[in-house]
This record gives sequence, structure tokens and C-alpha cells, in this order.
Amino acid sequence: MKAKRMRMGWLAAALAAVVVVGMSGSVLAEDTLKIGVAGAHSGDLASYGLPIAKAAKLVVEEINAKGGVLGKKVELVVEDDVCKPEVATNTATKLASQGVPVVVGHVCSGATKAALGIYKASKIIAMSASATNPDLTQSGEYPNFFRTIASDDAQAKLEVEFALNTLKLKKIAVLHDKGDYGKGLAEYAKGFIEKSGKAEVVFYEGITPGAVDYSAVVQKIKKSQADGVIFGGYHPEASKIVSQMRKDKMKTAFISDDGVKDDTFIKVAGKFAEGVYATGPKDTSKNPMDKMVREAYKKAYGEDVGVFSINGYAATLALLNAIQKAGSTDYDAIVKALRTEYVETPLGKIKFDERGDAIGVGFSVYQVKDGKYVEVVN
Amino acid sequence: MEYFLELFLGGLTRGSIYALIALGYTMVYGIIELINFAHGEIYMIGAFTGLIVSTLLSAYGFGTFAVLLLTLVLSAIYSAAYGFTVEKIAYKPLRQAPRLSPLISAIGMSIFLQNYVMLAQTSDFVPFPALIPDFEFWEPYSHIVSSSELVILFATTVLMVALTLFIRYTRIGKAMRATAQDRTMAMLVGINVNRVISTTFIIGSCLAAVGGVLIASHIGQINFFIGFIAGIKAFTAAVLGGIGSIPGAVLGSMVLGLTESFATGYVSSDYEDVFAFLLLVFILIFRPGGLLGRFTTQKV
Repeated sequence: MKAKRMRMGWLAAALAAVVVVGMSGSVLAEDTLKIGVAGAHSGDLASYGLPIAKAAKLVVEEINAKGGVLGKKVELVVEDDVCKPEVATNTATKLASQGVPVVVGHVCSGATKAALGIYKASKIIAMSASATNPDLTQSGEYPNFFRTIASDDAQAKLEVEFALNTLKLKKIAVLHDKGDYGKGLAEYAKGFIEKSGKAEVVFYEGITPGAVDYSAVVQKIKKSQADGVIFGGYHPEASKIVSQMRKDKMKTAFISDDGVKDDTFIKVAGKFAEGVYATGPKDTSKNPMDKMVREAYKKAYGEDVGVFSINGYAATLALLNAIQKAGSTDYDAIVKALRTEYVETPLGKIKFDERGDAIGVGFSVYQVKDGKYVEVVN
Repeated sequence: MEYFLELFLGGLTRGSIYALIALGYTMVYGIIELINFAHGEIYMIGAFTGLIVSTLLSAYGFGTFAVLLLTLVLSAIYSAAYGFTVEKIAYKPLRQAPRLSPLISAIGMSIFLQNYVMLAQTSDFVPFPALIPDFEFWEPYSHIVSSSELVILFATTVLMVALTLFIRYTRIGKAMRATAQDRTMAMLVGINVNRVISTTFIIGSCLAAVGGVLIASHIGQINFFIGFIAGIKAFTAAVLGGIGSIPGAVLGSMVLGLTESFATGYVSSDYEDVFAFLLLVFILIFRPGGLLGRFTTQKV
């Protein structure tokens, strides 16, 4: 009994400490501008979330050193959602109760969707650096959502636009490798071709990854007299198909995605790779700001930037810039600023369209020329 | 008609490769009733050896034909050494053990060899040189059947005939048949069963290596994982034809290759595997022993 009471005493002391710390936090908050950062910071997807939070911290430190936003220091409120929708709603409620006007996040599309409803009700703007689900911007249900990464269908859209408008293809065979990534892309591509009415999808099929050869599929492409193939998938299958097509002396254009925009593809397919088109993220390495961020990140954390760090940096920067330009933390003013004011980010000069996608962020078409991927200038 | 022929020859080519691997499965099963799951890896090792040997030979300036022939022979020898060693290490000590033990040992060997090649070579896909040149004089028909497909078909036929003759007429071939019928009895009449089993592994590995080199040259790329799918398909073909039966393995492989090719060509490649395995199910329902297999009640 005595021991139990002792434990209770400890608990009370701990509780008191928490309350005091919590209060001192809110006292400090009086003259700071709080912004939320939400995403997976623990669990198996933490490698996506943490680099974004670290990048956000980098931006905040830099801006605070320059005097902050609207004359206030910026303070980050970092919350973990483990990329789980059910946790994300709690995370969102917590951030809303802290009164943040904007949130950088979330990381995963599912968790983002779950959190957005709560943000919408509390007039909070969320900007994700990594959620690529097309619905988030296209459904029109989330007017408070923005992102600094291209949506999943952006690649498919670019592939189709390139095939129809630049290459002027009329009959297109759409193939995929039955995987989530490849099939998803192929499905969008098929949809875009059919909607445009400019070309015909001669056939749409999934191939078995790792099969011994693809001669039957190649014969089928030949028979269909397709003038182009759009393939959703990765380079091992792509190189087998392309090699077999070229060996059969078929000149059919081959357009694929960033799963194929890989140097291994060129190495394996060799001379058969020449002329193949693949979309890939826009090359930002020539952007001086991109380089600067990479160096600063390495200096601050002793590691290279993560997958979405640059996007996270851009998102934080865009939000803070919009608040500064809006002159207040008013929801409508910030949204207006995001849509109208260009901001210089490591991804280039961006602003956001009506639906919340960043203009100027996305993919370009590359073509293999002399054993190298070269950006195709339309 | 032309389309049909293209699909037919494509299917036969694929079937030939399956057959070269399936023979190893079926021969080993016929003799020691073991499903040698590491056999697909021998095929993969054959392909990797082929890559190394052919690169070296080309660098030393050998002619196309010499490179092709020497590559085939050397990879076959090297893979045979692997097959021989695998049997000695993983299966021979377990010969008196319950039947599941060598099966698990085989799966372990398969995983070991895959990872060994991955670590020793690379986990990436690597390009494989085209060892079989295009026949330009074949021009008006080259779109129907390519030179490498012809070479694969030809090589497979030659090897099948040679194997049949070997098993039918040579001393060791007769010993193999005797061991397959009754191992204890074969031992009693003085057949060195261990040698017969080793020979079986060596022959099976040689055939798989030839298949590996030929298809790698046809496709132009290999990695450490190619043996897995090819092995599964060849095993399916062996069961389809009746495991333990040599003509059955060849027939089963051709049927499987053609089914896959026609399913892709006339229906959709989405259903390639669906049709292949549906066929397997139906054949096993109506002929439980496979196309040419004898049906015997066994505990497995």
C-alpha cells in the first residue's frame, strides 16, 4: 500500500511538471507564430516523414534568423501521425486546438485525407510535400489542401500529352506490369487517351513481371499496328520488351515512366534503348537554391536529404511566404496569396492552381540519346 | 496465319527452355524422388558463367561460333560442378532421412545460391551479349522466327535426341533406368547407385546451363533471380508431362510454352499464367500422373 502511494506521488509530480512545461509553452507562444508539421515521425514510414520535418526546421531557423514572419518568431509544432488515418485525425485535432493557421503535412495520402476534414472545419491550410493521391486535389472536396509534389496521374498525363501532341500518335498500346505503380499509371494513361479522343487504345494489358520472354506480347503489338506503346512499370520488363521489339525491326515509339528512367535500363538494353522516352521528375539540380538546401541539410544533420526533403522545404517556405504576403494568418488571405504570389523555392519558382497543385512542379519527358537520358524540349 | 506461326514458334522457343530445365527436375525425381528446388538456380548460375566466359572469350578475339560453342560447353561444365556439389552437400547425407528433409534442404540450397550470386556478382540486372548473330540471308522470314529462336529450337532438339540415345543405349543410361525402377534392387545387382545419382545431377545441370545461356543471349539480360520463375515454370511443365518421365517433361514444356504464347496472343497477357495453371489443374484432374506419367499411389 505504501509503495502504491509512493508511485502515486511520483505520478502527481510528473503530472505537475508536464502542466508547468505545457503552460510555459503557451506563455512563450504569445509572441510566436505557430505552424504545424504532421507526418510519420516514427514507425516504418518515418524515413519519409522525418526528412520533411527536418527540412521544415531548417526553413524556420533561417527565417527566424532573418527576423521571422510578420515580425514574430516562427515556432514548429511537430506531431506524429505514423501514417495511419485513425491517428491522423487525433494529430489534426491536437494541431487545431493549438491554433496553428497552417500545417506542413501530412506525409501519406490516406492520413492526409483523414486529417483534412478536421482542418477544413477549423479553417487550417495543409500543404503536403509527399501525398500524391490525385483525388486530394481533383475531387474538389479539400479546398484547404495544397502540395509541392506532382500527383500520381501527372506522369501519365504528361506521357499521353507527349504521345498525342508531340509525337502525334494515333494508335497506342498501353501495357503495365500488374504492380500498383505500373498499373495505376497505365490506367490513368488509358483514361486520358480515351478522354482526348485523339487516339485509340488498341489494347490494354498487364504482363507478368519476370517472365522468361515477352515475344507473344511483342507480336501482339506488331499485329495491332500500334504506333506507340505506353508502358507502366520498371526497367527490367521494359528493356526486355524494347529489345525484342527492336530485334523484330519494329520502330514503334516506346514511352514509359520514372521506373524506366534509370541508367540500368540503358546499360541493359544497350543500343536498343536509343530513342526510348521516359518521364521523370524535373531536374532541379541546376537550381542554386536546391544545391544550397542540400548542403545546409547535410551540415545540420550530417546526412543527405531524404526523398521528400526538398519538397518539404519548398512547402514550408511557400506557406510562410504566403503568410508574410497576406499580412495576417487569416485563412482566405493566405489561400489567396498561395494562388497568386510566386515564391522562389528549391523546386523553382512556384505558385498554386485552383485545386492546390503546384504550378511548375512535376515531370519532364526524357529520351535516350547516345546512351544517356536527355530532357526533351517541347 | 503469319501471326499464328509467330506465336507458335515463340511458344516453342519458350517451351524448349522450359524443357531443358524440366529434364533436370524429372530425371532427379525419377531416380531419388526428390524435387530439386535448387535446379532453377543451376540454370541461373549457367547464365552467369556464360556471361563471364563469353566476355573473356570475346576479349581474346575468338570468332562468333567458337565463342558460342565454348561458352555453352564451359558453362555446362561449371554448372555441372555446382549440381554435383549441391547433391553431395545437401542431398546425399539425407538419403535415408524422411522425404521432407531433403526437400527443405533443396529449398535452403536454392535460397543460398541465389544470395550467393547476388553477393558475389550483383543484385542489378546485367546485360548479356547476343552470342547468336542475326542471319541476314533469312530476311523475308526473319520477322516470323529469329536466328536465336532457331538456334534454341535446334540445340534443344539435338540435346533431347542425344539424351534419349544416352539413356537407352549406354551402360550408365541403363544403370539410371534400373535405379529409377528400384534402387535397392539396382544396388543388389552391383550398380553403383551413388555414381548414377551424381551422373543424373550432372546431366540435368548441363542441360539447365545450356538453357540458361541460350535464353540469356536471346533476351539480353540476366540477374540473380531469373532461376526462380523459370524453375517454377519448368517444374510445372515436368508435373504437367508426368514427373519422372523424360518424354513427358519435353511434352509438358512444349504444351506449357504454347499455352502461354497463345493465351497472350489471342486472349490477353493478363491471363498468361491463369491459362497455364488452369491447364495444369485440368490435366491433373483427368490424368493425375501427368500427360505421360504412370499413376501410382504414393505418400508424399
